[in-house]
Amino acid sequence: MIVLDHVGKTFVTRGGEQVVAMSDVSLEVRRNEFVCLVGPSGCGKSTLLRLVAGLVAPTGGTVSIAGTKVIEPREDAGIVFQAPTLLPWASILDNVLFPLDMMGKLDAAGRARARELLALVGLSGFESKYPRELSGGMQQRAGICRALVHEPDILLMDEPFGALDALTREELTIELMRIWQEKPKTILFVTHSIPEAVLLADRVVVMSARPGRVAEIIDVTLPRPRDFDMEARHEFQSATRRIRELIFGNRSTRGH
Amino acid sequence: MLLWELICRVFKVPAYLVPAPSAIWVDTWKLAGQVSMHTLATTQTTLLGFFASLVVSLPLAVLLTASPMIANAIYPFLVLTQSIPKVALAPILVVIFGSNELPRVVVTFLVAFFPLVLSIAAGITSVPPELIELGRACRASRWRELWRIRLPYAVPFIFSGLKAAITLSVVGAVVGEFVNADKGLGYLIVTSTAFFQVPLAWGSLVLLSLLGIILFQAVVIIEQVFFPWAVDADKQAV
Repeated sequence: MIVLDHVGKTFVTRGGEQVVAMSDVSLEVRRNEFVCLVGPSGCGKSTLLRLVAGLVAPTGGTVSIAGTKVIEPREDAGIVFQAPTLLPWASILDNVLFPLDMMGKLDAAGRARARELLALVGLSGFESKYPRELSGGMQQRAGICRALVHEPDILLMDEPFGALDALTREELTIELMRIWQEKPKTILFVTHSIPEAVLLADRVVVMSARPGRVAEIIDVTLPRPRDFDMEARHEFQSATRRIRELIFGNRSTRGH
Repeated sequence: MLLWELICRVFKVPAYLVPAPSAIWVDTWKLAGQVSMHTLATTQTTLLGFFASLVVSLPLAVLLTASPMIANAIYPFLVLTQSIPKVALAPILVVIFGSNELPRVVVTFLVAFFPLVLSIAAGITSVPPELIELGRACRASRWRELWRIRLPYAVPFIFSGLKAAITLSVVGAVVGEFVNADKGLGYLIVTSTAFFQVPLAWGSLVLLSLLGIILFQAVVIIEQVFFPWAVDADKQAV
């Protein structure tokens, strides 16, 4: 579904310096697979997501979705950012409808779908409220609805729960798995949290920093449906331990 | 007010220096009909100049923010218009446009538009990068991005510019009237002081400040009624 073939990205800073954000990353994500990207800050995981989203162009290699090269944002992908980034002047319903509106595809079916999605995340009754009237967790739920409203095959999530408190975070993690079960999609999910990644993903891509590379890809064999009780399981423990080793082990060997 | 009145009476301050509030009231009220005509004239000039600055500032700010090249081309010219003293410019404008309302409106516009352009431009460029990314991810055209993301986001900035512009518009209108007018509160101040009707001049002054306050409040109310979310954004920004 999503294929990255020897992808590299070099940014040029204002001072003219070249910063290698990512180098030689190859990755293949299968249809309806849930893949998490974990790694230390500066490992290029957000850049990788933006490359797949078509928001930034690679400086080397190719990114392709369903066999076609990604050169601009595509209609079959939805994106959720770390901040809910709702429009403060639009109601929750209009915020969810925003992608359809921008794509010029706003119709009755779209409206019905938006309401249905809001109901799915427990936000029915809030359609005409404004973002400032909602809590952070509710705003991010609306942000997820917005990413799903045009029924994309691919959902790209850039630390979507990073700004939320721990309890809301667990709640939304469970909710996301439920949504994914009901409406299967290919999900690429960037996170800082190792337990979150292991619980959510079919495969966890562990990245290392400077330059960003894929250190290892770990298969998570936990059965589905999953919940936070599984954190005690042996598969969960071994996966998180391996990821920690990859991230912190590398760091200590560099002689800090 | 009471203290003012008292000091004027006790120390017998001559009316041509500082008239007592009662004298200002009496002299201004005597000419209520004329004074209200002058007030209306100033209000009209102020509003015309104010709307002119809004109509010009919006597209100008959009242009300024469109590309650094355009900004570099326009900015020096804008700064130039601001560095010329408007009082000095007014007589020349009268020569150019003739002895009518137009030069007054142009002076008002020149005084008021600059802070408006700056605040609108600031609003358009301070849109958080995530909102722009959202627009791009939704495949919004640049035009849609401007209308649906950048301009709405700039509304609180536009209003803070409008608040500055409306008070400056009153100043501009009076400057215009000082130089060339046959009516208006600025004109009334010039003529009444020339004839030593100092209380009347003071009355005009009071009316001018009232006019400024009322128009400012009108802008505040428009923002609260039509853009309630922008008022909240204002508070968060402060």
